[in-house]
Order: sequence, then C-alpha cells, then structure tokens
Amino acid sequence: MTNARNLTAPVVPAVPAAPAALLPAPNPATLPGWLQRANFWTEDMISRAGLPMYDVPIVSVGGGMGSFVTTNYLRVVGGVPAEDIRVLSNASHPWQTYEYLATMSQIPRWDRIRSDSASRPDNLWGFPSYALQETLKNKTLLPLMRVLLEPVFAHFYTPVLGTVLDSIKAEAERMRYWDMLVQGEVWTVRRRTGGGYFVVLAPRLGAPAGATGPLTQPVVFRCRDVHIAVGYSGLRFLPDLQEFRLKTNDYHHMVNAYENHEHIYSALMSKRPITVLVRGGGIVSSRVLERLISDRKKHGLRTNIVQLLRTYYDDFHGPHQWARRKGKDGFAYQGFNYPKSAWGGQLRFRMDRLEGDDRVEVYDEIGGTTTAWRTHWQRQLRTAHREGWYHTEQGIVEKFGLDGDQVVATVKGRDGVRQLRADYVIDCTGLDGDVAEHRVLRDLLEHCGARRNPLGRLDVERSFELRGAANGEGRIYVTGAASFGGYFPGVDTFLGLQISAQEVVDDMARRGLFEKMGPVRSLAQWFKWAGNRKI
Amino acid sequence: MVPTILGRIQTRLFLLAIVGGILTALITPVLPVDGPMGDRFQATFIVLAAIAVIGIAWELIYHFVMQWRWEKDWPTLFGLLTLVPEGIAVWLLAHNDLLPGLPGAVPTDAFLIHFLVVWVIVWAVANGPMRVPFIRWRFRGGRLV
Repeated sequence: MTNARNLTAPVVPAVPAAPAALLPAPNPATLPGWLQRANFWTEDMISRAGLPMYDVPIVSVGGGMGSFVTTNYLRVVGGVPAEDIRVLSNASHPWQTYEYLATMSQIPRWDRIRSDSASRPDNLWGFPSYALQETLKNKTLLPLMRVLLEPVFAHFYTPVLGTVLDSIKAEAERMRYWDMLVQGEVWTVRRRTGGGYFVVLAPRLGAPAGATGPLTQPVVFRCRDVHIAVGYSGLRFLPDLQEFRLKTNDYHHMVNAYENHEHIYSALMSKRPITVLVRGGGIVSSRVLERLISDRKKHGLRTNIVQLLRTYYDDFHGPHQWARRKGKDGFAYQGFNYPKSAWGGQLRFRMDRLEGDDRVEVYDEIGGTTTAWRTHWQRQLRTAHREGWYHTEQGIVEKFGLDGDQVVATVKGRDGVRQLRADYVIDCTGLDGDVAEHRVLRDLLEHCGARRNPLGRLDVERSFELRGAANGEGRIYVTGAASFGGYFPGVDTFLGLQISAQEVVDDMARRGLFEKMGPVRSLAQWFKWAGNRKI
Repeated sequence: MVPTILGRIQTRLFLLAIVGGILTALITPVLPVDGPMGDRFQATFIVLAAIAVIGIAWELIYHFVMQWRWEKDWPTLFGLLTLVPEGIAVWLLAHNDLLPGLPGAVPTDAFLIHFLVVWVIVWAVANGPMRVPFIRWRFRGGRLV
C-alpha cells in the first residue's frame, strides 16, 4: 500500500503543509542500505522504507537556469500544465547560483555579461533581442548599431546582467515557476520496476519560494520522465590549491575567483605595495583584472599584478587557415564561450556527425580558455603594461607554499622552473565539471545505467536522453554542464540550454506526449509572451 | 547569424518567395515605370526570381568567404552590405534586358526602389521576426526543412 495516486492524476506535494510525513526528521541523512543498493525500486520498497510518495509526470532536478529554460519550453512549446511538472531544487529562484557566480566574479547587476543579444533565457524566440529592447527602453539607437557593426567594427553587444535577471523573473512568474518548485535536497533518481522513475527529495521547511529551514524526512516523487540540470559539481579547486589549503589551513591568501574574495580588494586599499597573482586567462580573469586595475586607478593604490597563463597565445593560432583564433599578449580571444557557430551553425552540424576520438579532436580544436576582446580592457592592460605594474608569466604551477605572509608559487615554464611571490593569489581556472563529484550524477552512473561520454561527462543522445537509462515509457534527459562532450557543443550557455531544451521537447513530441509546435502556435505563444499573459 | 550552406539557400529562397513576393506585389503598381500592368508585374517578378536564383551562386561565395572566420558566423552588416555586389549584378542583367522573360529593359530608378525595399526588409526579417514562427530555424543554420 502506498499513498501515491495514479500517474495520470498528479498530486501537488504541499510542502511544508503536509503534516506528519514532512515533519523534521532527527537524522534525514540516509536511506535504508537495502534501498540504496537496489538499481530498481518498486512501490512496495518505498512503502517498506516508510517514504511518502507523490505522483507527477515530469520532474526537473536542479532548479537553476537549466531547469528554468527546460520547464519554460515544456510549458510554452509542449503546453504541459504547471501541475504536471515539479522542479526539485535547493535554490529558491532559478538565477540564484548564476547571480552568485556572476557577482563573485566581479559582474555587478549593472554590468554586461558575456552573452549574445538574441540569447534570451526568458524568451525562447530570441525576439525582440536584448539590443532591440534596450534601444526601445532607453530611446537610443546605440545598442542596435552595435549589433549591426559587431563583431568586425565593434565588439559584440552584450546585455546588462540586471536586465537578464529581471526578464527571467518576469517569465518565471508568467509560467508559474514557483507553483512547480519544491525546495529541498535531491538525493537520488532510481528506475521504477515497470517503467518511469522515483526521485528522492529531502524537502526543506518554509514557504516553497524561499524555504530556508532544515531538511525534513525524505519524500519520493514517482514520475514518467526526469530532467536533470544540476550544473557544475562545484568550484574547481586544482590539486595544488587543495594541497596548499590542506597543508597550511590558509583560506585567506589564495582563493578561487568564484569564492567571496572581497578581503583581497579591501587589503589593497591600505595603499601598501601588494602583489596579486591572477591565475588563468579566461573571462573571469579579465573581470578580476578589471576590478584590480580600476580600483588601483580610482583610489591611487600600489597594486602589482602578475598574471600566470598556462598557455601563452601571442598571435592567431589553430591547425589551418580555416581554423585560426585570434590571440594577443598571452590571451586567446573569442566573442563568447564557444565559436558562434556552435549554436546552430557549421560547428554544431560538424560535431553532430562525430563519435569518440573524432569528437574529442574537435572539442580540443575549439577548446582552451578564451576571453572577450573589449576596448576598455585593452586600454587598461596597455596602461598597466606601460607603467610596469602588470606583467604576464607562462607556466604550470608545480606547488604553492606559504613564506611568512606571502604565497610562493613554484612554476614550470618554457624557461625552466622558477618561483613567483605574491601577497594574494586569485585562481580563475573555473568550475568543476566532474560528474562523479555530484551525488545525483554519480548515482546515475552507479545505479541507472548511465555511461560517460568521450570527455568523461554523461553520455547523452542528440535528444539529450541519457543513454542506458531509458525505462519502459520513461526517459531521463540531461542538459547543461553534465552533458558537455556530446553531439552538441555549448551546452553550458544560455543559448545552449535553449537548444538542448528544444531537442528535449521535440523528442517528447516524437514520443507522442504532446504535439510538436508549428509556426501558428509559435506565433500565438509569442503574442502571449509579448502581452505578459500568464500560462 | 550562423548559417550553413543549405540554411543560407533555403532562407534566401523562402524569404524572397514569401516576403519578397508580397513586397513586390505591393510596390509594383507604384514604381516609376511605364507600360501595361501585366508587363510591370512580369518585370518585377523576373527581377525577384533573378535575385533568388543568381543568389544561390552568391551564397556559395559567401559560404566560402565565411570559412576564414573563426566563429563561422555571418555578421549582420555583411548580410546588409552584400546588397551592393548583388544589386549591381542583377541591375546589369535587368538594365541590359539580359534576363530571360523580361518584357524590356528595366529603368534604374524603378529597379533601385524595388531592389532596396525587398533587400532591406528581407534582411530585417531574417535578423529577428523570422525567429518567431520558426523556433528551430536559427538553431539549424537557417534550414527550414
């Protein structure tokens, strides 16, 4: 006996209103061992474990940008009612993690992010673009002129972070995102004997939007399909950084750029000569440099900056004339995270045909850390170079050590091994994409038949269905960072999430779950969006 | 835009047929040109067809040029400025009565108005409104089928 209803009659889990089942449990940290070990679960097993069960056809695990975009497609393109979808997440709003990472990496709400004008998570048509919206709102043609001239005569137009987040909030309200959200910690996804899946969530006490209380006793969602977009497993702490922290227990002198590191900028305000080692040559390092250089100029500081680059690009680089990327002064330059044609052009179609090593080769060709070419950054770097308080070093860190109040980096470069001394190190080497580091993803590999792709992340079909995890009429779809390395590059971007979501809903339409959206319905839905009419 | 070769050709033919066709039908009666209405429509639609058909060859050239771009994109401005070589080529053919089916030489002012209206509006539609009815179009290199 279970308290679940039929799959076709979903129930809304009233968190935290549901009484006994959702009261705080003394130790909600584990499931019974016999349940954890089983690859397939049955309703009887759920009942035996004493877990309350709820039915809903589609569950999206993650609750970040990936869940937002995919549920937006399900609601708008698939016409799936909000009652048939549950988003299970630790986050109270879908842009929570994104905004945190953007803020930590020095992008305030009024500044511009590295994203295209037509990459609108809140608007699956990409029309009107952010540039057109900004033109109409501010009554200036400049944004549209920039789009007209980019990227040859002007650098790419990019939208303001605040505008992007506000538009996501408006669309989330329009599509009733918070009616779908159940806050808590997802523990596991398991196949159900007979088809579909069980998803275990330890709900968090508090109102559904903004729950902050303790975790309660786990509940189970029985569903037909699961969408998983949990993003990166965490910040990337390279082995040398981990070793430094373990050895010295020092979290002050060396930070990951995505960690809160305001204390470094505060220390610089003392106007003592302080050296900051910036590690990495990506967009985050450009942001950190911008802050360091702006602060130095604005407050008359005496900051010295050393930038450590693993690969030094001094010119155009690439295997042949038709694959040459711009490089200068150590950096590789590219408009966005991937070459633009990753999002629907030649590169997408080229990658789509490749398997195994051939695919890895193309990922290598377009890989490497890049940053954007922006005129004011170029001007800042030129000044810093000329005045002698900024220089770049090429090399790979062998180890970090602490000498008094300074960090000493042992670096192996083209000219041999040398030591670099700095008062602070800001590591801008990114986020951790290892799927084994994430509880839910690791569990998919161990218990749900999932495999790794040639780049080590989760192996998905062109439709983003997780290979090996299909169960009866049920499917698991994985989008976002965990699906990197598949047939479609660019998964961990706004537009990439939309392309992935489109493939997911098209696949669901092929499975007969709803009708594929044609031009007429698309137009009708766009007018609803333009009129901000709730769906 | 990030077109593929097939996407370029499909988008050109589709937009010229639908948007170009409607615009041509609307502006033909008001173009500064003499002659019976039947001949005028015949002339403007032959010119429109020439832009479409000769355009396939142009697209092959553009696609070749695009290969030198790392991003494999076709900037918005390129899509607008290519009206210059394409316009000159079609004008030379139309003005000298070299297009099959043309009832006579096309006057320059009428050609300019027709060509510019069609080109600029088709370009504008391709850079925005096209995405509204066709949600998969931009993610498939401009392919419609």
